[in-house]
Amino acid sequence: MQVPPPFEYQRAGTVDEAIALLDRHGPEARLLAGGHSLLPMMKLRLARPETLIDINGLSELDYIRRDGDEIAIGAMTRHASVLASALLAEHYHIFVEAERVIADPLVRNRGTVGGSICHADPSEDLSAVFAALRGNAVIRSARGSRTVALRDFHVGPYETVVGAGEMLTEVRVPIRTRTGSAFEKVERRAGDWSIAAAGAFVQLDGDMVADVGIGITAVGAEQFTCVEAEEALRGRAASDEAVAAAASSCAAGCRPSADQRGPEDYKRHLVGVLVARVLHRSIASARGGVA
Amino acid sequence: MRVTVTVNGAETHAEIEGRLLLIHYLRDNLGLTGSHWGCDTSNCGACTVWLDGVPVKSCTTLAAMADGHEVRTVEGLEVDGVLDPLQQGFMEEHGLQCGFCTPGMLMTIRALLDRDPNPDEATIREAISGNLCRCTGYENIVRATRWAAAHEAAARTAHQEEALV
Repeated sequence: MQVPPPFEYQRAGTVDEAIALLDRHGPEARLLAGGHSLLPMMKLRLARPETLIDINGLSELDYIRRDGDEIAIGAMTRHASVLASALLAEHYHIFVEAERVIADPLVRNRGTVGGSICHADPSEDLSAVFAALRGNAVIRSARGSRTVALRDFHVGPYETVVGAGEMLTEVRVPIRTRTGSAFEKVERRAGDWSIAAAGAFVQLDGDMVADVGIGITAVGAEQFTCVEAEEALRGRAASDEAVAAAASSCAAGCRPSADQRGPEDYKRHLVGVLVARVLHRSIASARGGVA
Repeated sequence: MRVTVTVNGAETHAEIEGRLLLIHYLRDNLGLTGSHWGCDTSNCGACTVWLDGVPVKSCTTLAAMADGHEVRTVEGLEVDGVLDPLQQGFMEEHGLQCGFCTPGMLMTIRALLDRDPNPDEATIREAISGNLCRCTGYENIVRATRWAAAHEAAARTAHQEEALV
């Protein structure tokens, strides 16, 4: 029987309360969102927080809305809500495609956007989506609020820039015109972690790539992306050759490790194939006027 | 800590440890052993119950997180001795073999049918992708779901005709 180690349970009803509780209970306190990563890790004694601050009552952080030329997603938005969002589907089909393959429908009913990216598992899928879209994270504390680019968010595996007394409250992504996006994942079985996955958006100007974002997960890519591949595409014609060059650059630039999900060369191969696919599909969508 | 959880419409109270999982609260504190405790890692879905109307895995939910909320378990499907049409469908179409996954399957599929009364096979299979059947009896689980959907549709039609008479 797996049971989490003992901890003190606290519950916050507002963001201010959650921050006050974080300050009061110090660095060994953790926020409890959906709990679908943290509780299993606690059962395995890979995490032993002294205090859990339950923030499931924070309905103020459960939203997906347009805010000017950005889409704002509250940190307590469940995966199921992301998958069901007409606003996200309209602008970025990458969310629909990624969410369909994140865990399973029951886990998606509980797991949250904020919890997923703050847990910072190096194989987490939304981290690649937000890296591709160059989103921003809004982080609050008793001292106020700061915004951090999601490409600067991860410090390392299971470690983010969210510091003591701080909490992620919102993620924002810019809305782009003439843009297509896509996500592809290879997993051993339904609901599993990625062996490798890639996401992208492509914004076209005529047939030129005006802007592009690439996200890769589970393969040790720096900040879940590959800047060299993006630079190789930006400002160039959206051709098969340019896509192939970008895909090879991603495959060469990532640092996968061999594990039970496969050897290094296999994962590199997957990255090349998946990045090419999502770029091609993003370009096709942008040309066709589909997000 | 003291919690109050409404389970199948009845208020329950208990003094619990913060780390008590919802599945153990239901099974050990309340004696509701219909919900099964399976993989313990939120993979198998045998522990699926509703939390405020949404199916969740109760092995990965703290009982404290259900404090002040409503839980529905497989025991809550039968009303006044009458089985839920989905339970009848599982009997008619042999939707269970060993029965271990059944309570979770029933709670997940009941939620599906409530929002999509006539799901196609692909929708059913996607909906139960977080519930594992170790007997691999998925064919009959899909048939049982279709049976329930058809009978509920027929019952609705009959009810509407009755209202017109």
